[in-house]
Amino acid sequence: MERRDLLKSLVSLPVVGAFGFEWFRKRNHEKYLTENIRNELNISTDTPEYKPVSKDDKLIRIGLIGYGIRGKDLAKAAGFAHPTMIDEWKKGALENKDDDRYEHFLEQDSLNLQIAGVCDIFDTYGRMAQEAGANALRQGTDGKLNQLPKRYLTHQELLADPTIDAVIIAAPDHWHGPISIAAAKAGKHIYCEKPMTWTVEETYEVRKAIKENNVVFQLGHQGRQNESYLKAKEIIAKGVLGKVNLIEVTTNRNDPNGAWVYPIHPDASPQTIDWNQFIGQAPPHEFSLERFFRWRCWWDYSTGLSGDLLTHEYDAMNQIFGLGIPHSAASSGGIYYFKDGRTVPDVLQTVFEYRDLDLSMVYSATLASNLSRGRKIMGHDAYMELDNSVTVYADRGSTRYKEKMDNGIIDPELPIYTYTPGIKNVDAITSPTSQYFAGRGLMYSYRSGRRIDTTHLHIREWLDAIRFGTKTSCNIDVAFEEAMTAHMGTKAYKENRHVYWDPVKEIIV
Amino acid sequence: MNYSFSQKFWLVALRIAIGWHFLYEGLVKLANANWSSAGYLLDSEGFLKDFFVNTLAGNPNMLQVIDFINIWGLILIGIGLILGTFERIACISGILLLALYYLSHPPFVGLKYAVPSEGSYLVVNKILIEMIALAVVYVFPTNREFGLDRFIFGPAKNKK
Repeated sequence: MERRDLLKSLVSLPVVGAFGFEWFRKRNHEKYLTENIRNELNISTDTPEYKPVSKDDKLIRIGLIGYGIRGKDLAKAAGFAHPTMIDEWKKGALENKDDDRYEHFLEQDSLNLQIAGVCDIFDTYGRMAQEAGANALRQGTDGKLNQLPKRYLTHQELLADPTIDAVIIAAPDHWHGPISIAAAKAGKHIYCEKPMTWTVEETYEVRKAIKENNVVFQLGHQGRQNESYLKAKEIIAKGVLGKVNLIEVTTNRNDPNGAWVYPIHPDASPQTIDWNQFIGQAPPHEFSLERFFRWRCWWDYSTGLSGDLLTHEYDAMNQIFGLGIPHSAASSGGIYYFKDGRTVPDVLQTVFEYRDLDLSMVYSATLASNLSRGRKIMGHDAYMELDNSVTVYADRGSTRYKEKMDNGIIDPELPIYTYTPGIKNVDAITSPTSQYFAGRGLMYSYRSGRRIDTTHLHIREWLDAIRFGTKTSCNIDVAFEEAMTAHMGTKAYKENRHVYWDPVKEIIV
Repeated sequence: MNYSFSQKFWLVALRIAIGWHFLYEGLVKLANANWSSAGYLLDSEGFLKDFFVNTLAGNPNMLQVIDFINIWGLILIGIGLILGTFERIACISGILLLALYYLSHPPFVGLKYAVPSEGSYLVVNKILIEMIALAVVYVFPTNREFGLDRFIFGPAKNKK
């Protein structure tokens, strides 16, 4: 080969050299930015542990009280789905490969539970609860059921059953307090749906009953298990946002289901529903299918937006900030869209003041617009957007980050920190594109990291507390704060005035 | 090859520039442990949407294969084009990859994407242009003139 040939073959070697040079320059620049921000923020890369359930763990015998919409979800999260539900998931999976509800359910760990008894005052749901409870093998209608658990017609009878260790309560709001109190007195451990109570008075009584009878209590705010909230808590504790002075949380829905206009079951009638038991401590009313299936629309049984949806937002922030009960609450709103005879508002704004923490929390909700406004936590140095991922942006007016913004290390247009559950290596900087996807929950949903239902984790934490004496994250003290906060919001709305919390006497004034 | 010097020069420059782009796109993905094509695929539109969203992105095993092929395809094509080696395979593979990118996000009337594009496109976008440019490189090969293939396979014979 001639020398000329060799030179011509290797003509692009200088390009390779230039590429390598530029590549390392770019990498070093990115590393410089990332490390600078990472050192400045000092946020850990820890993710919560996931412990498998041991087969040696003590079997816990559960009583299911209420098998409506939420009751079905809770039973499923505990590992017991009705065979027709499994049929539906299987069918869904056949029709749409994206539908992984069936696969997901089969992957869900078994919690070593037995459904020992069920109670629902609507016959159809009562029977379905039995069938779900007997479906330990997680099969469809063509599968085999174990022996059906006993169905009780009243919760009192279920609670008297000595073979039941613990109860999951998914009754309407006005029954949460009375059933919790009775369950505690019967020595049963309690997982109760939110809100903890329907009236202020019950709130004291539930707390007293739980503490006196020493049972394990978990309130159903499964958001406690959300990885992003745990990360947000760490970020705020480390002062990344500076002095937080305003929190904005919101609810936006815009469909009949979201506004609690649920379907009415065709089997439902005065013959199949124990109406008197439904009414309980609520004001008497003639039999009404609307009221039975859509009870969330009436103050007579419901706690409205405040108890139903504000509480999830409040509990998330209480978990992150340790807010406690607010100093004051003011609310306004009305029934502006769903003029269907309901008494609870469909638009609600509530403002809570936390004088000790020097911050306000604003809750704003509508059931008739889908404009998603998310959760925003505002501090002097940075603000956080919190959904399934955590995103932190430096504030242009920040004193802490001023120097780094001035010399180009921090760009207030780009997040200084993002966290999406399921990613192992948490990076301070991600590209705007991946950021865009992460915020919409489009990313990583098919990667190897296991996705786990938060309600399943929340029940699991409760069972661990029963078995090993650990603590529940949504324990009775936290639940007390949640209920009082919701009641303050409701009272402020109903009485159209500021209401205040007296921390010494523990009363709303 | 009867090209003039400037024809050869610009053809080689085009080949190397496209190679540089491919190599960098591949290395960036390789260097980011969290990179996945899932986001891009899930955002697909057009008549092959179902294929990209369900067949590729919807299957975790398939996704791993796609990610692997994508990363190493980009890197190897890039190296091939820069060095001028296995140029024909590199061109064809490159055209195929670009065609897949184009077809998953075609800039057709009425289709919308989660990620806004950095420019304004109607039917023709930069992916399509890069694809056509690669076709040009394919039909006007320079690898046996200025490239490692001259060393491996010998210089191109001038046609009479």
